[in-house]
Amino acid sequence: MTGSGAAAVLDAGLRTHEDNAALLLRAVRKSFADVVAVNGLDLEVARAECFGLLGPNGAGKTTTIEICEGLTAPDEGRVELLGLNWRSGASELRQRIGVQLQETQFPEKLTVEEVLRLFRSFFRRGIPVEESIQSAQLEEKRGSRVGTLSGGQKQRLAMACALVGDPELLFLDEPTTGLDPQARRHLWELVDRLKQAGRTIILTTHYMDEAERLCDRVAIMDHGRILALGTPQQLIASIGGEHIVEFVITGQESGDGVADVALLTAIPGVQSHRSDAGLHQLSVRELHTAVPRIFAELTRQGLQLSEFRTHSATLEDVFVGLTGRNLRDE
Amino acid sequence: MNKLQRSSLYQLSMLRFRLTLREPEAIFWVFIFPILLAVGLGIAFRNRPADVLQAGATTSQLTRALAADEGLTATTMDEQAGTRALATGSILLLAIQQPDGVAYRYDDSNPDARTARLLADRAIQTAAGRREAVSSVNQQIHEPGARYIDFVVPGLLGMNLMGSAIWGIGFSIVEARQKKLLKRLVASPMRRWQFLAAYLISRLAMLILEVAAFLGFARLMFAVPFRGSLWQLALLCVLASLAFSALGLLVSSRARTMEAASGLMNLVMLPMWILSGVFFSASRFPAMIQPVVRALPLTAAIDALRGNMLQGMNLGQMMAPIAILLAWVAVPFAVSLRIFRWR
Repeated sequence: MTGSGAAAVLDAGLRTHEDNAALLLRAVRKSFADVVAVNGLDLEVARAECFGLLGPNGAGKTTTIEICEGLTAPDEGRVELLGLNWRSGASELRQRIGVQLQETQFPEKLTVEEVLRLFRSFFRRGIPVEESIQSAQLEEKRGSRVGTLSGGQKQRLAMACALVGDPELLFLDEPTTGLDPQARRHLWELVDRLKQAGRTIILTTHYMDEAERLCDRVAIMDHGRILALGTPQQLIASIGGEHIVEFVITGQESGDGVADVALLTAIPGVQSHRSDAGLHQLSVRELHTAVPRIFAELTRQGLQLSEFRTHSATLEDVFVGLTGRNLRDE
Repeated sequence: MNKLQRSSLYQLSMLRFRLTLREPEAIFWVFIFPILLAVGLGIAFRNRPADVLQAGATTSQLTRALAADEGLTATTMDEQAGTRALATGSILLLAIQQPDGVAYRYDDSNPDARTARLLADRAIQTAAGRREAVSSVNQQIHEPGARYIDFVVPGLLGMNLMGSAIWGIGFSIVEARQKKLLKRLVASPMRRWQFLAAYLISRLAMLILEVAAFLGFARLMFAVPFRGSLWQLALLCVLASLAFSALGLLVSSRARTMEAASGLMNLVMLPMWILSGVFFSASRFPAMIQPVVRALPLTAAIDALRGNMLQGMNLGQMMAPIAILLAWVAVPFAVSLRIFRWR
């Protein structure tokens, strides 16, 4: 009796904790034919958090987010949003979440305002259409047909449709894919304002800079699994150095032009080395002391360089460190 | 925004109207095309009863005898030229002078040629001095209701109801699926039945316009008769349109691409264009396939429309086609709701 009572208390404790989560995934699995798209995923997103699912194409990001959105049923596992699940609370959940899918094409012959009125009519409560037009900065395009909008404007319209029901939880699937840099920045500002308003946002992206710029926490996904989870700063710190030194060797005074890597990694401040298609990368702490030593060592080995550059470590470097591949390789 | 504008069923129906009315091609096919077709057929068949049939004869004597009949025109030609003219269809019958009488060369599978044979023989026998045993007088009528245009207008109406429902619903559903709009809509709190109901609402509203335009034109231009009750005719149009809408829904319930959908639509509609008696009576097909022909929704629709417009039958006298149409509403609708692919 006491044993089960304790378990119940524990369970209740877990429950309150989990009920506070905006999103909870436990051991979620999904296969299509012979491809395992999501392979045992555990995830928890707190309210008012902006959470990023990051990974290359085919990593399982879209499947994961569509399972969360109730569009795809998982083969196994538990999915809860705002303390509800899709089996018993679907119609309420639909009212409380906002969704922006990859590659939705709204009817080209409708105007911006007509599309938003349509979507607004599905929600019991929400913001006036007027306000959603303003927040997406589409005032000048209110009466324009969807077919005449630019890529960025279409994406902002999709965002406005996701927001018109004043959702507690917002899903954005690759919101800036295919947009030009200016349109991307424009959309980022929109997401910033939503964050400031305290909305919970879950987004997928394969742009590392986007995840770093927007997300409080990031999960790096590959082959249906989460490889790393944390704040962008934590993830970058996890690879050991905050800076990356890159150089290309073109020859050697005497020898075959191959650097002695062991001597390079022995330099104080150099954490690791990898090379990819002739490009050497060193992950480095304290750039100002390490770089002169790296130069000295390369000169001592008689190596000739065609390139030498440094940058601050990014999530891209984290991904490369975890998988040995570049994000855009696929 | 008033209460109506806030209703999602209203917004979804308006979506359908807007998309239809902003598609110039759709307007053409729904409103202009059937009228053009009726005009063309009306002109082609307008003077049909007064048609004069072309014949040829090998002697000028025979030619004169044939030309004496007002239903025939005749040209003199030798047998070889006449055979060529028969083969190209420029004459229907060739009268050949033979030592012991006259031979008629014609194609007996062509009704016009058979008529020409009767007229020619009568003309030649009369010229040779035959007298009628019974005197007869012709009383000709050209009354609306018995003409080809009267027969074909209900057929075209049925065909138009089918085309606009199947194309209108089918293509837009498949397009919405292909462009991921369906998926986006089911990710919102939209009620799914309302999405489908909006198609029916907008279809029925468009129906009023297109049926009124087409029948109004047929009435004004050709004085096509309306012998049955008009409200029953309206009811039949609604029923037929619902049956074709259900069929359009079924055809588009799984297809992911426009190509697949348009293939399926042709597969569904082509047999009906041929078999259902749009341009000629469906009873011309062999008895063996009659059960199939009768079970097609377009046959039932056209039978019912002709029954109402031409024969002035009321609904009670047309239970068979009405039952067939009701089955075509219920079954495809139920099936497509079960198998509909929302994403």
